Amino acid sequence: MPEDPPVRPSLGPGTRIVDRPQLFGAAEVEALELDDDAVIGAQELVRDARIDEVLDRLDAELVALKDVKTRIREIAALLVVDRLRRSVGLVSESPTLHMCFTGNPGAGKTTVAMRMGEILYRLGYVRKGHLVSVTRDDLVGQYVGHTAPKTTEVLKRAMGGVLFIDEAYHIYRVDNERDYGQEAVEMLLQVMENQRQDLVVIMAGYKKEMDRFFSDVPGLSSRIAHHIDFPDYSIEELMQIASMMVDRQRYRLGPDAAKAFEEYLAKRMTQPRFANGRSVRNALDRVRMRQAIRIYEGAGRGRQLTKKDLVTLEAEDILKSRVFDGGAYPTP
Amino acid sequence: MVHKGLRITQGTFSYLPDFTDEETKAQIQYGIDNGWAPSVEFTDDPHPRNVYWEMWGMPMFDLKDAAGAMYEVKRCREAFPNSYIRVSLYNSKLTKQTTALQFLVNRPAYEPGFRLDRQESTDRIVRYTLHAYATDRPQGERYQSPSAPEGRDA
Repeated sequence: MPEDPPVRPSLGPGTRIVDRPQLFGAAEVEALELDDDAVIGAQELVRDARIDEVLDRLDAELVALKDVKTRIREIAALLVVDRLRRSVGLVSESPTLHMCFTGNPGAGKTTVAMRMGEILYRLGYVRKGHLVSVTRDDLVGQYVGHTAPKTTEVLKRAMGGVLFIDEAYHIYRVDNERDYGQEAVEMLLQVMENQRQDLVVIMAGYKKEMDRFFSDVPGLSSRIAHHIDFPDYSIEELMQIASMMVDRQRYRLGPDAAKAFEEYLAKRMTQPRFANGRSVRNALDRVRMRQAIRIYEGAGRGRQLTKKDLVTLEAEDILKSRVFDGGAYPTP
Repeated sequence: MVHKGLRITQGTFSYLPDFTDEETKAQIQYGIDNGWAPSVEFTDDPHPRNVYWEMWGMPMFDLKDAAGAMYEVKRCREAFPNSYIRVSLYNSKLTKQTTALQFLVNRPAYEPGFRLDRQESTDRIVRYTLHAYATDRPQGERYQSPSAPEGRDA
């Protein structure tokens, strides 16, 4: 009869079984014995992480939003310093980075959230840096027992990256007691607390509704470390946004067109349902349509076209807007 | 000879000491990075020919990070601490469409092993078959004792 098989086969000498992750590697334990005056190579770390590059791009591509940029800069600095501290053996808990963006329509909440995944990935806070964007429909089920698997599915998918919940206040409706949103919120709270190192949750919504949502769900507001408010843009900032959009779509504003667009914005801002950046984008889309019909009709009459015609948005394209005859949007 | 139980080897890595959670997660991440979809399955029938295990939820086709799969592994362990639990990583690529990597992530505290059954047939033919001691009890009641019975240290 052969020997009984060993119950825990060993790999022989030299095999090391790690039962739990070690707190520090050997090098870091050594570093613990550094003096208080020891010099730490911070420059290399800052350069290696290429954080400045990320922040500069953020500055260049997003107009205004000073609070947001300051906050991101602070978070970036904290994460770098944390890494430096770890390199000399000082342990600190990783910070909570769940965020809530509030502000009026078109203030840039979604745009910034989309960037957040990449930024946090570059900073080494999340492992993958992908962004999973969901709304109420993706989290809350239709019948009893449908919500938990749905929410779990979304949370699992977002792990290692950022979970972005747009219009988050829709999740929970306090006036309907048969609503399953409560269950989704509870699971969300649990994962936000227990699996902070696995995912970052960003909620976005309009200020008033989000405030109501937070007062309906106790404990949610305090689990979100960063409440960032997105202010409305001034007219100069809107013009900057417009010129960036025009550049990105490879158009040019003709002579007087910039001035006409500024007049357009000044009028449009006083009218109801003005949605900041989104209104600028929509207005530009309509300007492009008017330019297209002008070119089309001109070509039909046998006019010679040049490349310049195709890229130039003229003042007349803008001035044809209904905003200038006081139509379309009735002032209250 | 005193029977001491049998540590089942099944799938990849089963001759190695059991993985820690960190190591399991790293293996799952390796699979995900290759584009394979992790899924969690469990059973309490240790027979080698028992290939279709119970599924713990759906396969996770759109994970980017192993943390999501580990979450399910942990939940499955909580629900069935005394079962065999395995992670399969499925390669859905056309012409492959098969399990690429599969390994155990949980096993019962005590595994009693197998007995050899002989069946005598015509013309002095003897047929052999394996019988898992665990399957003497009904499904769901196998492997209930948290440790080995007296005098049978695993």
